Amino acid sequence: MLMTGPELLNSLSKLFGPKIHGQTEFRGETTFSIEAADLREVAKFCRDELSFDYLLDITSIDNFGDEPRFEIVYELYSMTLAVHLRLKLRLSEDIGAVDTVSDIWPTANWHEREIYDMMGIKFNGHPDLRRILMWDGYPFFPLRKEFPLEGLPSEMPDVAFTKVTPMEGGPFVTKPSTATAKDREPRAHPAKL
Amino acid sequence: MADFLLQRRNAILVFAMVEEITAYDSKIEGNVIFTQFDAALNWVRKNSLWPMPMGLACCAIELMATAASRFDISRFGAEVMRFSPRQCDVMIVAGTVTYKMALAVKRIYEQMPEPKWVIAMGACASSGGMYRSYAVLQGIDQLLPVDVYVSGCPPRPEALLEGLMKLQAKISGEKSLAGQKPELTEKIEEALAT
Repeated sequence: MLMTGPELLNSLSKLFGPKIHGQTEFRGETTFSIEAADLREVAKFCRDELSFDYLLDITSIDNFGDEPRFEIVYELYSMTLAVHLRLKLRLSEDIGAVDTVSDIWPTANWHEREIYDMMGIKFNGHPDLRRILMWDGYPFFPLRKEFPLEGLPSEMPDVAFTKVTPMEGGPFVTKPSTATAKDREPRAHPAKL
Repeated sequence: MADFLLQRRNAILVFAMVEEITAYDSKIEGNVIFTQFDAALNWVRKNSLWPMPMGLACCAIELMATAASRFDISRFGAEVMRFSPRQCDVMIVAGTVTYKMALAVKRIYEQMPEPKWVIAMGACASSGGMYRSYAVLQGIDQLLPVDVYVSGCPPRPEALLEGLMKLQAKISGEKSLAGQKPELTEKIEEALAT
C-alpha cells in the first residue's frame, strides 16, 4: 500500500533523524534542513524510496554578513503523491562548493550552472560546470550581495564588455546588509544635493 | 552610369541627355524623365529597404506584426526581411541588447553592405529601457550609428512604420552620389562640361 505524503515525510525524518536539523511546515509544504555533506544520500533516498521524481528548482540565497553565508534550496515534487518537499542546506563561503545532484535529477545540470554563474558556488562532480548566462571569462558573480546593481566594468576583447549602468537614483536599488528588505531596498537613493 | 543604376534592383530608369535627343522619337516620348541623379538614386533606395530583423526581445513580435497582413510593411517596400546581413539595407534592432549579444549585433551590422541604416526599435534598443542592469547595454547607439529611434515598450506597428517613413524621408535628403562616389560625380561633371 502506498503511504500518504505526510507518512512518507515522517519516515524520512525517522530514517535520517540525526542528519536533519530542522523540519518546518508552511501551508502544507514541508522543509527539511540538512547538512551539505549528506545531500547526495538524502537526495537519492528522496528520489528512489520516497518517489520524489521531479526536481522543480534549485535556488541559492546569499545571507551576506551571516555565517555560513550561502544557502541552497532544493524544491522537490512527487508526481505520484502530489507532495512538495523542500531541502535546505547552508554553506560557508570558505568551502564554497557542494556535491552535484545532476546525476540524480538531470535537470539539476543547468540549475547548478546558473547558481555557479550568478553566485559563484561550485558543484563537485558536475559534468559541465560552465557559466550559463554570462560569458566564460566574466570576472564577477552578479547575484552576490556585494555586487552593485549598476554592475562593474569589464572587458574581454572580441567577446563582450560591460559598463557601469547609470542608475540616476532609480528604483530597485539594494544595499548589501542583513537588514530587512524594507530597509535594504528603498525605492530610490535619496537625492544628492 | 547605366550599369551603376542597374545594380539597384527596383527600377530601371531611362536617362537621356538633352544634347543626344536630336529628333522627335515617338518610342521614347513619355518614357524620359529628367531628374537629379541623387533624387533618382535616393528614390530607388528608400522604396526598397531590405530590413535585417535583429529581433532580440518582445519588440520582435511587433516587428513580425508589422510585416504581417494587417499592417503590411510591404506598402513601404520594406517587406524583404533577409536573415543574411549581406543582403540588407536597414538593421531594425528590436529588443533588449545584452552585453553578451552586443558585439554580435555590431559584427552583423559590419557585415551589411553600404549604404546601410539602423532603426533602434523600442525603449531597450534606444536606451536600455527598464533594464538599468549590469547585463544590458544602455542603448545600441553606443555601438552603432542609429538613424531613427522608435519609442514604445514595445512600439505599436504603426510607430515602427512611422519610424520607417522617417528613415525614408532622411534617405531622400541624402547626398548619395556626392557623398559616396565622388570620383563618379567628377566624371559626370566632366562629361557634361565637354
